Amino acid sequence: MMKHESEVRKFIAEKFFFGEDNKVPSAASLLDAGIIDSTGVLELITFLEEQFKIKVDDDELVPENLDTIAGICAFLSKKIT
Amino acid sequence: MNAKTAFTPQLLEIDCDKELDKISEAIRNTLGRMLHKRGLVLGISGGIDSSVTAALCVQALGKDKVIGLQMPERHSAEDTQGLSSLLANHLGIREVSIDITPILEAVCYYDKYDEAVRAAVPGYGLDWKSKIVVSDITEDKAYTLFSVVAASPDGRMVKERLELSSYLSIVAATNFKQRIRKMLEYYYADLYNYAVAGTPNRLEFDQGFFVKQGDGAADIKPIAHLYKTQVYQLARHLGLPEAIINRPPTTDTYSLPQGQDEFFFSVPYEVMDLCLYGKNHGFSAGDVSRHTGLTPGRVSAIYQDIERKRAATRYLHLAPVLVTEVPEIVCDPIVKKDLG
Repeated sequence: MMKHESEVRKFIAEKFFFGEDNKVPSAASLLDAGIIDSTGVLELITFLEEQFKIKVDDDELVPENLDTIAGICAFLSKKIT
Repeated sequence: MNAKTAFTPQLLEIDCDKELDKISEAIRNTLGRMLHKRGLVLGISGGIDSSVTAALCVQALGKDKVIGLQMPERHSAEDTQGLSSLLANHLGIREVSIDITPILEAVCYYDKYDEAVRAAVPGYGLDWKSKIVVSDITEDKAYTLFSVVAASPDGRMVKERLELSSYLSIVAATNFKQRIRKMLEYYYADLYNYAVAGTPNRLEFDQGFFVKQGDGAADIKPIAHLYKTQVYQLARHLGLPEAIINRPPTTDTYSLPQGQDEFFFSVPYEVMDLCLYGKNHGFSAGDVSRHTGLTPGRVSAIYQDIERKRAATRYLHLAPVLVTEVPEIVCDPIVKKDLG
């Protein structure tokens, strides 16, 4: 499992599936799967900033960083020093 | 790709006489046979959609069976009341004007809105103006993100991206406006045993650009199947006042003027109509791009955004979900296929 993956998966399960394990593939697009919409992106950003004490800059709000579990974990690894 | 017909903007042209007859018949049948109501109430704002809807109601029922409610508030555009009255006089319908500012003050809308904006723009004061804008989906980014644009009294403009709590606070507060207006429409409908006409055009209806139980609530929506381009065609055919036809589309929601493209679609309505039509009829992004000034990549991004907004706003269209069907009660109205 990638670093931070369990925390990210727990957030997705609790926020969007009421605790049910959704088994989202790490490389699956959260947007295309209908798991996250524009409000969901804001919820994800809030989670990342509060949980990991980071600031997501405007130019970091791109699918590469936020649209897959793998992408989110890679983004966190870069941001958290 | 649609192999039968080449894509051109002319595909959006309608036979206005036929369309008027179709909509008139549908209004009469719906009121007489389905709803058993005696006339129609609708909110009028001087905008093209409510104006055409009012004219269609008059065409179908006669001017004495249509009531137009004008419901301005503190942030309404200066020309809203004048254009609403112009329409009502033009059609000869009864017009009722209700300033909803006191109602909005009673629910603390203005305080809640200002507080939410101030969280994003700390210097935002009582004499500032503001609006909400959306990120440009044609910039190849997948996310629709909202920002507040605030103007100080000395003309400084500040733009800040809205975080979750501010965004939700602004949406929740602003939705009061549409829901209060709908409450008043149904008051007059009940008073006269009338039904309520909604005024969304196809783009708004399709993309969920309405408030649940606000402007999304209605007993009949006569222009929900028409692209905005087609609404304008009908407006000209019906001979509506030029001042209404020429008015730039506006949400008329915020203290700063806000085009509908700034809030929801991020491209002008003429372009969105072509993209939506193209997508609905199987045309490729390349076919559509030639008539929109956008690259095929950007049209593809719009196609994708159309689907995402449909998915995200599907809940707005749903009737209350029952745990178990109650088969004796029909919740979904019967829609004539030729209106689709």
